[in-house]
Amino acid sequence: MGRKLLLDKAHIEGIRYYDVYRKNGGYAAAEKALKSMSPDQVTEEVKKSGLRGRGGAGFPTGLKWSFLAKPEGVPRYLVCNADESEPGTFKDRYLMEFIPHLLIEGLLISSFALGANRTYIYIRGEYAWIPDILEEAIADAHKNGWLGKNIQGTGFDLDIYVQRGAGAYICGEETALIESLEGKRGNPRIKPPFPAVKGLWQSPTVVNNVETLAAVVPIINIGGDEYSKFGTGKSTGTKLISACGNLNKPGVYEIDMSISVEEFIYSDEYCGGIPNGKRLKACIPGGSSVPILPANLLLKTAKGETRMMTYESLNDGGFATGTMMGSGGFIVLDEDQCVVRHTMSLARFYHHESCGQCSPCREGTGWMKKVLLNIENGKGKMSDIDLLWDIQRKIEGNTICPLGDAAAWPVAAAIRHFRDEFEWHVTNPEEAVKRNFGLAHYADPLPVVAAVV
Amino acid sequence: MAEEKKLFKVKIDNIPVEVEPGTTILNAARLIGGDVVPPAMCYYSKLQGSGGKCRTCLVKVSKGSDADPRPMPKLVASCRTTVMDGMEVANITSPEVLEARKGVVEFLLLNHPLDCPVCDQAGECDLQDLSYEHGVSATRYEFKRRTFEKEDIGEHIKLHMTRCILCYRCVFTADQLTNNRQHGILGRGDHSEISTYIKASLDQTNFIGNVIDVCPVGALTDRTARFKNRVWFLKPVDAHRECHDPNCCGKTVLWMRGDEIFRVTARKDKYGEVEAFICDTCRFEKKDVKDWVVEGPRKVARYSVISQGHYVGVHKPHETVAKVMDGRQPKLLMDIHSVSEVNQPAVDLSKIEGPAHSNDFPKNNGAQ
Repeated sequence: MGRKLLLDKAHIEGIRYYDVYRKNGGYAAAEKALKSMSPDQVTEEVKKSGLRGRGGAGFPTGLKWSFLAKPEGVPRYLVCNADESEPGTFKDRYLMEFIPHLLIEGLLISSFALGANRTYIYIRGEYAWIPDILEEAIADAHKNGWLGKNIQGTGFDLDIYVQRGAGAYICGEETALIESLEGKRGNPRIKPPFPAVKGLWQSPTVVNNVETLAAVVPIINIGGDEYSKFGTGKSTGTKLISACGNLNKPGVYEIDMSISVEEFIYSDEYCGGIPNGKRLKACIPGGSSVPILPANLLLKTAKGETRMMTYESLNDGGFATGTMMGSGGFIVLDEDQCVVRHTMSLARFYHHESCGQCSPCREGTGWMKKVLLNIENGKGKMSDIDLLWDIQRKIEGNTICPLGDAAAWPVAAAIRHFRDEFEWHVTNPEEAVKRNFGLAHYADPLPVVAAVV
Repeated sequence: MAEEKKLFKVKIDNIPVEVEPGTTILNAARLIGGDVVPPAMCYYSKLQGSGGKCRTCLVKVSKGSDADPRPMPKLVASCRTTVMDGMEVANITSPEVLEARKGVVEFLLLNHPLDCPVCDQAGECDLQDLSYEHGVSATRYEFKRRTFEKEDIGEHIKLHMTRCILCYRCVFTADQLTNNRQHGILGRGDHSEISTYIKASLDQTNFIGNVIDVCPVGALTDRTARFKNRVWFLKPVDAHRECHDPNCCGKTVLWMRGDEIFRVTARKDKYGEVEAFICDTCRFEKKDVKDWVVEGPRKVARYSVISQGHYVGVHKPHETVAKVMDGRQPKLLMDIHSVSEVNQPAVDLSKIEGPAHSNDFPKNNGAQ
């Protein structure tokens, strides 16, 4: 059994409510932090833990916190990014729905560490029922003296507000989120200045993912050093993975980052394999914007090593043969799935969600969608594949925010690894609308590269 | 007394220049001038917060600064990136930049209608210049372009959203020059549009006409001058008047033909930016030469198509019609019929033997 830190008490009935949560050791970490530690000590613990941002980029949280500018007389803000809109990712939803107090406690400790007296939870509008759960939890925490003025007699004040988004993927980008929180159009800001210097209302701001902030609670409970013993290498601690697609047991799993991808897909403790005896074709291990990998590259790296569920191992080989941990939206495709159709569907999503501020993303995402739609419907040309490659190359890196990259990577990876499937769609247009390409050679073992002496 | 200010040494395309701290790469390049200046479609030095959106001014920073010589990982928007001491920037010396810029131009033209032959902006259009200098001659886009209905936003301004490249300049203009912004961006992605929410008029302030001048394309045009003449047939003349509005500089360019003023605009520099903003009264209502003190012909760059109609002295063009027509008045209103008097659809030309003759077209409507 993998060890758990976040969801270890998720099975307890009524853990959503304050009394049960408190009875099961809740708010102990907050008590410890507020009463016996200084803000710098909390930050130091988080640094020691090696916790990396769980929203997708994997930036070390402690380091991010230490970048926060602390000018005198200017308020600082902590913003919790609960705008979880990445296709395939639904881990934060689970946390907020079932253990909201874990997030509140994490927010309390983090706000204390950062010196923020006002903290916002920006939640995506589609999670329409969760704000009620969070607000109830906030009200209960207030009633029991964990929020408001002079918390538990320590002199620290904190108020948490829940703000609903209006249904835009782009508002998960931290500066767009801040704009939206200020009541403006959710366009990403041009950086620099970074939010750590000028964020919400031009004040220093830290924006963290829900899971990151929740993970602060076990870090304080067991100590940063102990936390860093979970996982492997620089991928410390546990990670929530939301598994979906062709799996026997899709759902949210907390993994200790020391298991292999193969174990995660096939073991009964986790996803339990692929239904109906189908074979694995491809997988997107970190939410829709990370590169897709064929089965042979997913289970083993190009060097022939077993691929593990860690930041480094998933990234092994760079974009040529690797992928990314991303936000942990683990999407599995079996042999009956069409990669072209799948890529088209993602391109359609990014086209729909582009904010339209900068030209490469505004125009390029729509173009890619239209070309992919043609290929999918058997109207493509061979030159379209090269055209797609060229479009994605001209979007990537040339945009204001990472949405352009996120739109370009899936297309690039699909063409890189599944080019023959695209070509088959072009050369067999009638067949392509009727049946799928199938597994082809995508699960064949890779030729072992002889070590260069 | 003069306090010694530390200047930053910057190299752009290997040309050294010293600028004040806080200057952007684009403005440093403008100090050098010439070919190293990156093109800018959305940046406007007079408008705060503009820039960073069109991505045409992307440059490569090959050395961050003396203190931290690492290059920047991505191309950066030169209009929004400030220089550091010892920074080295590559613009036209970097093939990567040129290629990215070519890509951006292609993206900008993707949904642009390219209706230059009927567009009032043609001849003074930033996008036209940009695509001429940095674009390719053919498009690879094979799909329908997005279109919008033309819209009258106020008495004097026409919005032709189909041509818009979403530079946001007009939004900044309305924010910073007027105290009542009525228009903004609606929608998102490639279907986002500049508009007023539920057909509002923009005419409520006296400075909104400047959105026409800041618009880099023909999306916002002057309804008092629309379709009246092509810019290269008009003669730009510097003029000024005593304007009662304290915020209006009163210094304008009159676009004239003979004694007639077709259009009044602010004075634009070589980067297409106005020198100072003018009020709507000057722009839309003073179309009589008597209202103005004419200073003389405006200097127009040689490469501009406008320079073809540029001649010194305010002379009325010599009218030749009267001479050609022996003193008769020209028939100004042509009688254009929906059905030709000569051609008759009932007569099938392919059935007529030999060349058609007037006899083949009987006067009484086809009845033989």
